Amino acid sequence: MVVKTVELPLVQQEDVVAVRQSTRSLAVEIGLTIVDQTKIVTAASELARNTVVHGGGGKVTLEVLKEASKQGLRLTFEDTGPGIPNLERAMQDGYTSASGLGLGLGGSRRLCTDFAIESKVGVGTRVTIGRWKA
Amino acid sequence: MERIPILKMGSFLLVTIQVDMHDQLALALQDDLTSRIVADRASGVLIDISSLEIVDSFIGRMLSNIASMARVLDAETVVVGMRPSVAITLVELGLSLPGIRTALNVDRGMELLRSARNGETPGDGRQDG
Amino acid sequence: MNKTHLSEVIARHEDELLSDWLGRQNEALSGRRDRISETQLKAHSRDFLRALTETLSRDAGSDLGRPEWSSMRDLLGEISRQRVIQGFTPSETATFVLSFKQPLFTRLGAEYAGDSQALANEIWTATELLDKLGLYTAEIYLKTREEVILRQQQEMLELSTPVVELWHGVLALPLIGTLDSARTQIVMENLLEAIVARSSDLAIIDITGVPTVDTLVAQHLLKTVAAARLMGADCIISGIRPQIAQTIIHLGVDLSGVLTKATLADAFQLALKRKNLTLGRS
Repeated sequence: MVVKTVELPLVQQEDVVAVRQSTRSLAVEIGLTIVDQTKIVTAASELARNTVVHGGGGKVTLEVLKEASKQGLRLTFEDTGPGIPNLERAMQDGYTSASGLGLGLGGSRRLCTDFAIESKVGVGTRVTIGRWKA
Repeated sequence: MERIPILKMGSFLLVTIQVDMHDQLALALQDDLTSRIVADRASGVLIDISSLEIVDSFIGRMLSNIASMARVLDAETVVVGMRPSVAITLVELGLSLPGIRTALNVDRGMELLRSARNGETPGDGRQDG
Repeated sequence: MNKTHLSEVIARHEDELLSDWLGRQNEALSGRRDRISETQLKAHSRDFLRALTETLSRDAGSDLGRPEWSSMRDLLGEISRQRVIQGFTPSETATFVLSFKQPLFTRLGAEYAGDSQALANEIWTATELLDKLGLYTAEIYLKTREEVILRQQQEMLELSTPVVELWHGVLALPLIGTLDSARTQIVMENLLEAIVARSSDLAIIDITGVPTVDTLVAQHLLKTVAAARLMGADCIISGIRPQIAQTIIHLGVDLSGVLTKATLADAFQLALKRKNLTLGRS
């Protein structure tokens, strides 16, 4: 169940910084350890940048989730950009890929407990990441 | 746009990153450092990231770029003060920061730069990549 | 089944129901009554009644999985969690809900005095619902208690694996006992923090006292070495017994980039050498 929602635009670079800071404060709020905070903020930074730079701009929705006595954080990045043609390849690691997308996605998945991605060429991309307070 | 200050300490340049950088600021730092290495004939660059809570792939690339450009200009780069949580996250991300030497703090970093400048083989210098 | 009647009955008699119910709860808790304040008990009970009437008035049925019941589930989850912390038993916690039956049935008896069929229906509906809510409360209690125990275990682990400073700038982490993934992670994080705190650029991770190592643990060890290197410190892994060496090879773990020594003593000697120190006789 969602107990808090924050929606932020991802249009210019400064927005990426705002997303980092918002993610950090929500992560602190739900009591994640410093390492877990850093992981999700880093993933958020990667994905936020992707949205701004490769997705033509979009938005991110941050949600604090609560289930019985567990608390979690979920971020959904959305854009109506070009989409990712070869998702599987994009998810693989490569220190630098032509568009710079490779590292962000695979790495972000490793940093989060929950990860889901939908992308359609010509339509857009949606990436959802999440972490529960252990 | 504010720029990150670069201090000159002898033949070394010292940069302390204390703000949450957006991409343009990071790129500006890269450019500024390169110009200063030439202008000041610096033989070493020390980048203090002890205030950085996040190092993502963009910042990682910036650091690698700085190290590469410095090397071309015959200067060594040492990154100091990486936080444990940042290090753990970088390992998880799969970023190894190739070509960057690291040290625990500014003092150790300076020692590394001095021994590099004096042509000594590094004792405790860590080289990644 | 006509739910709205239950909702009305409860709403109409809220105050009496509340005081009657509180009386029963106090009785049931008797000796452990001091673990919770009267104010809190009253607040929980009132919230429960409100949530109950609210949800029942929406004809939600007795399927607790339905979204209409989500605020009740959250409420019971919260109450249950507090009872765990306050040290109540699962039955005492479920009794919170179940002890509401008698007061409710008494009121229903009065309301439907002349209509035994309607009374039977309402009592059946109420009992089915309250049983489910009671069971749900007990389940959440058990889940919460497990989580609390897990957290306490972790905290104990953090305290029980100290990092030792062998020399200026040389740390040792003697690991003892079976390592599981969670414990290894905590221990490794502690080591990295110690590296910063004591400005030590050399850390010896000694696994002499570790009987077995599996892939996950081996990976954690390697990640720690990599993280330490990123920070500007080096790690030496010592005490790798022949069996463990074999396991590691079989697992396909690549230790080629890592410094290893057979014993802690050898590792310490290597550490001193790296710092250009030698031990001499006085």
